[in-house]
Amino acid sequence: MPLNIVSLVSVGRHPQSGRARRAEQDSRAVELGLKLADTALTVLHVGNPDDPILRQYAGMGLPSLTVLKQEDSVDAVPVLQRFLEQKNIDIVLTGVRAESGESSGMVPYLLAHALGWPVVARVADIVAVKDGKAEVLLALPRGQRRAVSIQLPFIASMDHAAEAARQSAFAVGLRATVESVESVGEVDQIRVDWQESVAKIRPKRLKTVKAKTAAERFKAATAKPEGGTGKVMKNETPKEKARAIFDLLLEEKVIR
Amino acid sequence: MVIDWLPSVLITTLLVLAVVGGVRRANLWRAGQPEKVNIVAGLLALPRRYLQDLHHVVERDKYMSRSHVATAGGFVLSMILVILVHVFGVSSQLLAGALLVSLVLMFVGALFIAKRRLHPPSRLSKGPWMRLPKSLLMFSLTFFVLTLPMADILPEGTGSWLLTLVLSIGIVLSLSEMLFGMTWGGPMKHAFAGALHLAFHRRPERFGGGRSTGLKPAVLGGDVHGVAKPSDFKWNQLLGFDACVQCGKCEAMCPAFAAGQPLNPKKLIQDMVVGLAGGTDANYAGSPYPAGKGDAKVLGNAKGGIDNVITAGLIDADTLWSCTTCRACVEECPMMIEHVDAIVDMRRFLTMEKGKTPNKGAEILENIIATDNPNGYAPASRTHWAADQNLPLMKQKQTAEVLFWVSDGAFDMRSQRILRAFVALMKAANVDVAILGDEELDCGDVARRLGDDATFQQLATRNLATLGKYKFSKIVTTDPHAYHCLRNEYGDFDVDGVLSKGGSGQGVEVLHHTTFLNQLVQQGLLKLSAFKGGKVTYHDPCYLGRYNGEYEAPRALLESLGIEIAEMERSAFRSRCCGGGGGAPITDIPGERRIADMRMEDITQTGAELVAVGCQQCTAMLEGVVEPRPVVKDIAEILLGQLIEEVH
Repeated sequence: MPLNIVSLVSVGRHPQSGRARRAEQDSRAVELGLKLADTALTVLHVGNPDDPILRQYAGMGLPSLTVLKQEDSVDAVPVLQRFLEQKNIDIVLTGVRAESGESSGMVPYLLAHALGWPVVARVADIVAVKDGKAEVLLALPRGQRRAVSIQLPFIASMDHAAEAARQSAFAVGLRATVESVESVGEVDQIRVDWQESVAKIRPKRLKTVKAKTAAERFKAATAKPEGGTGKVMKNETPKEKARAIFDLLLEEKVIR
Repeated sequence: MVIDWLPSVLITTLLVLAVVGGVRRANLWRAGQPEKVNIVAGLLALPRRYLQDLHHVVERDKYMSRSHVATAGGFVLSMILVILVHVFGVSSQLLAGALLVSLVLMFVGALFIAKRRLHPPSRLSKGPWMRLPKSLLMFSLTFFVLTLPMADILPEGTGSWLLTLVLSIGIVLSLSEMLFGMTWGGPMKHAFAGALHLAFHRRPERFGGGRSTGLKPAVLGGDVHGVAKPSDFKWNQLLGFDACVQCGKCEAMCPAFAAGQPLNPKKLIQDMVVGLAGGTDANYAGSPYPAGKGDAKVLGNAKGGIDNVITAGLIDADTLWSCTTCRACVEECPMMIEHVDAIVDMRRFLTMEKGKTPNKGAEILENIIATDNPNGYAPASRTHWAADQNLPLMKQKQTAEVLFWVSDGAFDMRSQRILRAFVALMKAANVDVAILGDEELDCGDVARRLGDDATFQQLATRNLATLGKYKFSKIVTTDPHAYHCLRNEYGDFDVDGVLSKGGSGQGVEVLHHTTFLNQLVQQGLLKLSAFKGGKVTYHDPCYLGRYNGEYEAPRALLESLGIEIAEMERSAFRSRCCGGGGGAPITDIPGERRIADMRMEDITQTGAELVAVGCQQCTAMLEGVVEPRPVVKDIAEILLGQLIEEVH
């Protein structure tokens, strides 16, 4: 049975020009989706079906895109949830966070919570899907990978380590059809009430270089950070594990 | 001859076969896309285009031009007279005499052509082309003997059965080459297709000393963007490919071929012929592509058909991406074939339909789309280079005599030195100048050469809209690529007449900074001291020279400094590309050498210590050559060094 894969895409924002573009991580979600399902991939967007940026995603080789037509002020998560529930979906691919809007990075989590699915964050690759299980490579710092196996269906967010998006071909994007689907949505009042202002550049902490030789600098740049105070808890009960996290948060003054 | 009727029957049969072949061949061309051509005017202009424009190109090789005049002139004359004398049987001693004279002329020409084939240079195709001079000689000899009785030099009915047999074989063999081969794909095809190509040329502006170098706009929104299959070319482009004589002058000039990259313009055109006629390249008898993946060099593997995708089996995409669009091949081609048009047409398919622009191509195009400059810099930082230049913005001034088109050199620190030098010179001459500042966008040159005509057209339209807001009579730029786009390519999108009419209604003059500076020097607005450095040579940028015909102004400027230019062997219209055009540094197809290194060798050979350049791309490419090498400077920088500043 072919896999039923959905890639969620948003309208990105170029960091230099501030202009709309296909988002870096979302286009990686489309790239991975194309690798797994080829043109059977569903690419889903909530927003304006006439947005020209959608053509940039379609130019990657999609015959069509599905758009859940909504105003900008609407919360995308419930709209997506209702749509995804109706379909028999195996994997939902998203970016880690959007380049515009709230950019909270919460969509995969809220969606997973609503659907009752697991989330795998920062995926580098999905190696294989077999017998209702997917072998997934998670991206860790310094080029490290962690192999995990997850039961379908699940939501995966794409790390920058995932395969970069292929070139978008103008004519392919031009020819793609956009299927606009009517949907019910509620206004995200909290979002609407927000005020946006230009971010202040935070002062940078001065970095004192202790390394004296090139070899030391190389080591400092590549070595695994050695966490002195961490501890690995494997056999304790969930309650004990939660307690440890809670204590740490208190100690670090995250919770007061 | 013993059998009187035999020659006329043989000649008539081969003539009929030639006509049949001609119709078949024409049908192959008609498989191309429609293109409006004035058929009658083209045919009427044919003799002048052939005898004047084409002859000018051939004349660069005196030996060949004289041999060809004798051979081709003799042949055309002989053929007409042969039909009159031997087919229609006009018995006139005068005609027969004239026929004998023209056959002698042809024979002498053919002897010289045969002599060149004794030790042919590598650029020439061998195979059937080695046979051609023999066929020419055989034609002239056979008909000479055949005509002797008619001219009353020999009595009628001379000869035996043996002579009749020999002459008949001569007629069949030579006319098979000259008539049958002309329309059925033999070497003589170049005469038939070449003549029609001249008549129905896609750029008729090139004849009569004109210039037409701007690319034709791609039609957006159709079934296919660019050229996927041979049938996607315009019909007269297909005809143009068929006109090739395989002289290899393009191959000898091509920088990519010399660098060992997988491109040979001659082979490319022959592959196009394989595409339009079907079959394989097994019969190709010239130099192959120098490099290429796998067995690309082995002939016979490339298969083509009128409806087969070209890059799927006929040619490798790398061949198309090796081209620097320097137009050296087009400039050199005696048949006036448009190689660069064809290459960009096929690139358009690869980029806009396939999304397969190699190496950094995709990234650069994406940057241009999102930030209006190829390297993805913040658009708001475009004018940072001019922070200390006190240059007025058009937005504030609304009107100025000169609009300085800064180009993307604004983001590059080396190019900024050229920009500053030019500004200093303009200030010294009190030019009323303004810049667009952050309103300026990339001119679209790179996007267009990489095949993304959609992005180019968008940039052109947006730039024209900005230009339309202000009043100025001149646009001056230091970048020949922007110069070419503004001068030759924006016209297709200038619906409001921003450039053709301008704010004043007189039209806007687009100038390269060397042309403009030369005007200032001529008017005595710049006081310059004599240049005291060592030997200087000048490198002609392709987009200034071959694309726009400006060879004089840069040289005049250098001469005004008292410099005697040590010219390179390949200079002016034969200038060798620096390797920086056509997006070639972006697609970066590997070869055995670097084009810039080869150009620097040309420069070093003159013994120059300084090479003057008029282009920031060329500057970047030539400065990228490892030292020791001559110093590379833009002409504006050299002039600024010699500027006598007046103290007030």
